[in-house]
Amino acid sequence: MSAPDERRAVGERRWLWPSLAAPGVIWLVLLFLVPLYAVLAVAMGAPDPIFGDALPAWNPLAWDPSEFGTIFGEIFTGQLDIVFLRTLVYVAVATFLSLLIGYPVAYYVARHAGRYRVLLLMLIIAPFWINYLMRMLAWVNLLSTDGYVNQVLMFVGILDAPREWLVGKHETVILGLVYGYVPFLILPLFAALDRIDQRVIEAARDLGASSAQAFWRVTLPLSSQGILAGCVIVMLPMFGDYYTATLLSGSPKTNMVGKLIEQSINTGGGSGRGAALTVVLMSFVAILMTYYLYSVARASREART
Amino acid sequence: MSAAGTELGEKRRPAARLKAWWSNPWGKPRFLILFTWAYILWSLVPVAIAVQFGFNAGRSRSTWQGFSLRWYFQDPNLSVLHDPSLRAALVQSLQLAALTMLVATPLGVALAIGLARWSGWGSRSANFLMLFPLITPEIVMGVALFLVFVHLFGFVQLGTMAQVLGHVTFTVSYVVIVMRGRLFSVGREYEEAAMDLGASRWQAIRTVLLPMLYPAIWASLMVAFAISIDDFVISAFLMGDQSSATIPVKLYSAARLAPSPAINALASILLFASMFAIAFAILVMGRSRKKEGKGGSAVEDFARLDL
Repeated sequence: MSAPDERRAVGERRWLWPSLAAPGVIWLVLLFLVPLYAVLAVAMGAPDPIFGDALPAWNPLAWDPSEFGTIFGEIFTGQLDIVFLRTLVYVAVATFLSLLIGYPVAYYVARHAGRYRVLLLMLIIAPFWINYLMRMLAWVNLLSTDGYVNQVLMFVGILDAPREWLVGKHETVILGLVYGYVPFLILPLFAALDRIDQRVIEAARDLGASSAQAFWRVTLPLSSQGILAGCVIVMLPMFGDYYTATLLSGSPKTNMVGKLIEQSINTGGGSGRGAALTVVLMSFVAILMTYYLYSVARASREART
Repeated sequence: MSAAGTELGEKRRPAARLKAWWSNPWGKPRFLILFTWAYILWSLVPVAIAVQFGFNAGRSRSTWQGFSLRWYFQDPNLSVLHDPSLRAALVQSLQLAALTMLVATPLGVALAIGLARWSGWGSRSANFLMLFPLITPEIVMGVALFLVFVHLFGFVQLGTMAQVLGHVTFTVSYVVIVMRGRLFSVGREYEEAAMDLGASRWQAIRTVLLPMLYPAIWASLMVAFAISIDDFVISAFLMGDQSSATIPVKLYSAARLAPSPAINALASILLFASMFAIAFAILVMGRSRKKEGKGGSAVEDFARLDL
C-alpha cells in the first residue's frame, strides 16, 4: 500500500482505533497514574493532628516535604543508610550472579541446543509460572535445620553440625534473589543471542579469530543490549522485593527497603513515611525504567524499519 | 627404560584423550551442556521436592515418611479441604483469577487492537502508559493502589473488590503484549479486503479480525488467569482482612511457622492451576500455528514475549 493511501485509510478510521483503546487507557489513568499521584500527595501531606496519619495534600501548593527531610536525614546520619546500602549491595551481587548463571544457559539454548531447543525453552519458562513464594517455600524446606541441604553437606563432610541457614544470613537472601529472578534475565538474553546472525561469527572465525576471540569480540558485544535489558528487568523487581528476605531470613539484619515500606504502610500512622519511602524508591529505579522504556522504543523502531 | 616409557605413554593417553575430547572445537560444547542441565535441575528440583512433601504421610516438611493424600483432603481438620482458612484462600485465589481474567481480557484485547492500528499522536503515549505497569516494582503499585483506595476512591472497599481492580490494572498490559504479536502478523490487509467487499469497519473487525485473533485471545485469558493467581504483592496490600487472603498471601504468612505439609499441598494446587493454564495457552497457540502451516513452535513465541 502506498503512503498517501495509507494516510487516507488511517484518516477514515480516526475515531475507531482510539475509541477501542479508550477503555484500557482510562482504566490505566484512573488506577495507575492517579494512584501514583496519590503516593506523592500522601508523602507530601501534613500529619493529621489527632491520629498522626498523613492527610494527603492533593494541591501541589500545599505540599509539605518534611517527611522527605526526615528520611534523607536518616539516610545520611543513621538508621536508614545501612538498609539502603544493603539493598544496593544485595541487588548488585544478585544481578551479577544471575548474569553469570544466565548467560551460559541463554547462550547454549539460543545457539547450540539443536533438537533439544524447544524442550529446554519449556523448562526455562516453567519457573515463570511457578509462584515466586512457592519457589521460596521450596528453599525454606530444603534449608531448614534438618533439611536436605544440611543433610547432604554433613554427609559429604563439609559441615559438622547443621547450619541455621534461615536466620539472618546474607548469603541465603542473595541465593533466594538469584534463584527467584534468574529466569527473568535468561529470556531477554536468549532473544538477543538468538538474533545474532551466525554468519557474522563464522566470518570472524574465517578471518582468523579463535573461538574465544570470536566470542569476546563479536558475540558478547552483539549481545550487550540483551545483557543490559536483562539486568534492568531483574533489578527493577529486586529493588522492590521484601518477601524474599522475610521468608528466607526473617531478621531485621537482612531487611531491604521494600520491607521498611511494607512495615510503615501496615502500621497505624506510618502511611506518610511509607509513601515518602516509596517515592524515594521510585526515583531510585526511575533511571532504570527510563533506560528500559528507551530500549523498548528503539527496538520497536528497528523492528519497523 | 623403554618399558617405563610406554607405561608413561599409556598413562598419559587417556588424560590427553580426555583433554582433546573436552576442548575439541568441532565437538559439542560440553561445558555448556552440563551447565545448562545443571541450571535446569537447580531451578526445578527444589520445587519438585516441595510438591513431594505435600504428599508426605507425616507432619514433617523435611523428612519423607511415605506417600499419602492426607494434606489434600483426607485429614479431617488440617487438610486443604477441611482447614477453613486454607480452603478460603484457595476459593479466594480462584475467584480473583477468574474475575480478573474476565475483565482484563476484553479490556486488553480492545487496547491492543487500538494501539496496533491507531497511529496518531496519542498512540505513543498510550503505548508508554501500557508498558509502565510492567516495569514498575510491584510494591510501588501496591502502595499506590492502597493509598488511592483509602484516601480517594473511598467507595472501593479493601478486599475482593479492591483486589480485582488492582489485578486487572497490571494484567491488562500482559494481555496487550500477548495480543500484539498476533496483531502484527495478521496485518491490516484482511480487514481492508472485507471493507472493499462492503463490510462496515465494525463488521470487518467482528467478522474478520476477531476470528483470526481467537487463539491469541484464548492465550490471553489463560495468561491473565495465571498472572493473577500468582500475584502476591498487590493481593497482600489490598486485602482488607484475613477473609480475602489468597494462596500466595497464606504461603507468605505460614511458610516460616508452617504447621504442616498442608501448606505445601496448597502451594502445589496453585502450581497445578497455573501450569495447566499456561500449557493450555501454548497448546492453543501451537494448534493455530500448525493450521497456518508455520514452522517453529509456540513455546518459542512464548519465550519471546518479553513478559
